[in-house]
Amino acid sequence: MDAVCTFCGNVCDDVEFDVNTQKGKRFCALGLAKFREKERIKSPMVDGKEVSYEEAIEKAAEILVSSKKPLLYGWASTVNEAIRYGVILTEKVRGVYDQCASVCHAPGTLAVIEEGIPGGSLGAIKNRADVVIFWGSNPLEAHPRHPTRYSVMAKGFLIKDRKDRKVIVVDVRKTKSAKMADKFVQIKPGYDYAIISALRALVKGEDIEANEVGGVPKEELAELADIMKNAKYGVILYGLGVTQSRGRDRNIENAVKLIQLLNRYARWIIWPMRGHYNVVGAGEVPAWEVGYQYAIDFSRGYPRFSPAEFSAVEMLLRKDCDAMLVVSSDPAAHFPRRAVEHMKNIPVIQIDPFPNMTTLLSNVIIPSAVAGIEAEGWAYRMDGIPVRVKKLVDSPYWSDEKILKEMLRIVEEKLEG
Amino acid sequence: MIEVEIISGRTIDQGKTVEEKLSEEYFKAVSYCEMNEMDFKKLGLKEGDRVKVKTEFGEVVVFAKIGELPRGVIFIPMGPYANQVISDDTDGTGMPRFKGVRGIVEKTEENVKSVRELLGVE
Repeated sequence: MDAVCTFCGNVCDDVEFDVNTQKGKRFCALGLAKFREKERIKSPMVDGKEVSYEEAIEKAAEILVSSKKPLLYGWASTVNEAIRYGVILTEKVRGVYDQCASVCHAPGTLAVIEEGIPGGSLGAIKNRADVVIFWGSNPLEAHPRHPTRYSVMAKGFLIKDRKDRKVIVVDVRKTKSAKMADKFVQIKPGYDYAIISALRALVKGEDIEANEVGGVPKEELAELADIMKNAKYGVILYGLGVTQSRGRDRNIENAVKLIQLLNRYARWIIWPMRGHYNVVGAGEVPAWEVGYQYAIDFSRGYPRFSPAEFSAVEMLLRKDCDAMLVVSSDPAAHFPRRAVEHMKNIPVIQIDPFPNMTTLLSNVIIPSAVAGIEAEGWAYRMDGIPVRVKKLVDSPYWSDEKILKEMLRIVEEKLEG
Repeated sequence: MIEVEIISGRTIDQGKTVEEKLSEEYFKAVSYCEMNEMDFKKLGLKEGDRVKVKTEFGEVVVFAKIGELPRGVIFIPMGPYANQVISDDTDGTGMPRFKGVRGIVEKTEENVKSVRELLGVE
């Protein structure tokens, strides 16, 4: 059956999957692992006892309504329709909405607030880009079909052949992706900002005093600046190497400034390599509903944005939430140790198809249908293009959309009553 | 004992098993650290040996492997093991420092905990 892959931000819409034989076509290893059957959360549970969907949702609504400041977190691996109910639910219970990008690409959001983004689509990269720089990103392991479909081997209107394209990888490690590049620039951890600053100086035609910056000799930086300046259409595709290292949002801000400068000489764009299939939606949906992308507090009855206070990790470190709803995400596995500690002290509600580390801490567990296999809806591909993900098979599990719609209805009833 | 900078990140095996976190395959995919061959030898390690990684934010025991890394840099796949030792300080952005945290690595005889033991739950 024609399918749309719901693993990474590529949201590949050219794949096929047969649910009977469990075989797929054109999938990468990650997509195939996603679509194959695996252990599921079997039934809704409350405090270790199996219950009905109605009972579990009732209990979840009760926890959310009776808490002072619940944190509603996750959203990157579900569809826009479900996220929309999540945002409205957060507003109703006067909680805090935060999403996976908070520990992923949110520094890019902060940079865009400061600088804007000179961006473009995957189609533009495929058709036009003659210089492609992967900076702190490793597509062969995180987005395996990105190079073939869009950025390295892909043939486009103006780019007819791999030889028409120069591919550069900037990274701390010699990753698998570094090995497919024409040029690999190895940098020291945490020196992205300094290197970008040096490149800005060199592109402007200024000299730099140091002989090396962040482990890269001056000559190599000059060569890189030269390649950038002489591109027809260049793109920096950055990853978590840039956002999770020293400098975080300031690294992206500096990179955007470099791109602005390069646009005086050539056409250049910059774009993040987004991880989960709808992590863009987890930011865009609240942006269209209430104006912000993450770390949104509704405790005063109107939305306020402040990552220093309302991002999930900061909330948990400060013990500033007294309940948590986790949707399609696993913060117990992916947050720093000290942040996870507070999750053990508060009621946690989980909505997810698969048992994970957050399941082990959850008081209320609500299994859901897998979007792209058992449920349909809209998702934003990594470049902001909306793609309709498909339902291939009927399932006894409720979709995230149905669960959250029902939870919102009961919460509203309780608040009115 | 050697001083290192710790980075974490995705791997293909971490990605393939990310929806099966309570499985043996996920445990294998995330409970190791890669280091330069010279550092590996300096610590007197053999294949299958374990190391303790310590930072000001915590410590964790993981399996040691040789990887293509500069001396003094170790890589732990993203996940619960890396998260025992990375920096929880977000500098006001919400983003912890998952990459480039200073720490030390030493050989240990201690066991590598399961994900349940790490979390401290049954």
